Amino acid sequence: MPKITFIDYNGTSKTIEVENGLSVMEGAIQNEIPGIDADCGGSMACATCHVYIKDKWLNNIPKAEDAEIDMIDMAYEPKKNSRLSCQIIVSDDLDGLEVTTPEKQT
Amino acid sequence: MKKTDVIIIGAGPVGLFAIHQLGIKGLEAIVIDNLDKAGGQCIELYPDKPIYDIPAVPECTGEQLTTRLLEQIKPFKTEMFLNERVDEVYQEKEKWIVKTNNKKEFIAPNIIIAGGVGSFEPRKIPLKEAEKLEGKSVFYSVKNKETFKNKKISIFGGGDSALDWALELSKFSIVTLIHRRNDFRGAQHTLSELRKLEKDGKVSIKTPCQIESLENENELKSINIKFEDGKIEKIQTDVILGLFGLIMKLGPIAEWGLNMDKKTIEVNPENFETNKKGIFAVGDICSYPGKLKLILSGFHEVALASVECFKRARPNEKYRFEFTTSSKNIKERLGKK
Repeated sequence: MPKITFIDYNGTSKTIEVENGLSVMEGAIQNEIPGIDADCGGSMACATCHVYIKDKWLNNIPKAEDAEIDMIDMAYEPKKNSRLSCQIIVSDDLDGLEVTTPEKQT
Repeated sequence: MKKTDVIIIGAGPVGLFAIHQLGIKGLEAIVIDNLDKAGGQCIELYPDKPIYDIPAVPECTGEQLTTRLLEQIKPFKTEMFLNERVDEVYQEKEKWIVKTNNKKEFIAPNIIIAGGVGSFEPRKIPLKEAEKLEGKSVFYSVKNKETFKNKKISIFGGGDSALDWALELSKFSIVTLIHRRNDFRGAQHTLSELRKLEKDGKVSIKTPCQIESLENENELKSINIKFEDGKIEKIQTDVILGLFGLIMKLGPIAEWGLNMDKKTIEVNPENFETNKKGIFAVGDICSYPGKLKLILSGFHEVALASVECFKRARPNEKYRFEFTTSSKNIKERLGKK
C-alpha cells in the first residue's frame, strides 16, 4: 500500500499506509491524523481537509479542477501549493507523498 | 416566546422539505437559519451548479431546487427567521426552548436539526490584530454602506461579493481589491467593469497576494500585503473588508448534549430521533449505519421524523398515514380543492 506522510504545523510527521483508490483525506481520517477536519466528508463543500503539497510532488498529482481552486480560496491560509486532500486519490504513483497540514483548518 | 409545533434549525433543502412533511400532517413549524436566505449549501455553495440525482428531476441547479422547494411549501406560510443562529437549546418539562444569538426565543415539543455541516460563517483574516479591530475597522460583511463612505478600503476576496462590493464602494471611496491568485471566481462581466476602472485609476487590483500585517496605532493606518514572489507592498487603509467566503462551522450544536460521532449527530434510523426525546437530526448532519449525504436521503429522513413529531405534538390524536393524491385533509392544507 502506498505510504503517505503528514507533517503538522510544528514539524511532527506521521507516515500512514493508504489503500489505492481512497482519497488522501479518507486515509487521514481513518488513521486519525490531527489537522485534517474534513467536515463535509469529501463533497468539496468545506475546505477543512486543506493541505500543502511538497514541491517535488506538485506536478505528479493531477491538477486541481476549478471547483477545488475556488474552494481553496476559502481555506485557512491558502498558498500556491494548497490542495484539498479529499480530491487527491491515492495510487502507487503517489507512494511516498508528503503533505503538510496548516496550523488550523477553520 | 413564540410557540410552535416544530422548530426547524437550518433552511437548506432538507429543512425546507421538513416544512412540507410537517405541513401536510397539519403541524406548524418555524425555521431558523444563520444565512440571510433559504437554501443552505445549495444556494451558498452551488447556486449555478447542476444536481442530477433528485428523483424525477433530471437536472436542476442549487438555486432552482431551492426555488421549487420554496414554491412547494408556500401554502403553509411558514415563518423564517434568517440571519439568526441558534445558540442554546434546553428542556422545559416535555418541551424544548431554543434561543438565538439575537435573543429570540421559541418553544416547541419538537426540534428538527437540519443543519448540514453547521452554520455558515465568514472566513476571517488570520491575524491577531485583525481580531482586535473587528467591527471597528475590519469587517466581513457590509451591514451599513455609510461605514464605508469616503474611506480608503482594502477588499479581500475573489468571489462575487468581493467584486460586487469593490464596484459599489468605488463610487464613493478609494478601493483596493486584493486576491490571492490572478483569477477571480466572481462574474467575469463585473471583473471587466473593475478592470476598466483600474485603467482609469479609480480602483487598484492587487494579485496574487495576501495580507501580511496591519499597521495600527489606535486606528488602522495601513496594511502590508505580500506578493507571491515575496515582495511586500504597503497600502493606505482605513477599513478592511474581508470577503473570502463563508465557511461552515458546527458551532454550538456540539454543546446541546446530543450523542455525536465526530461532527455528526447519531440518530435512530427508524424516526431520526437523537438521544434526546423530541430532538431529531436529518440530512447531512445525522449519522446512522449506511448513511449517505444525499439530498434525497434527507427528504426520506424528514418524512419519517415528521411522523414522530406529530405523535409528540398531538399526543391525543391518532396518526393516520395518508397519500397527498387522495387525502381531503392534505388537499385542504395545500389549498387545493
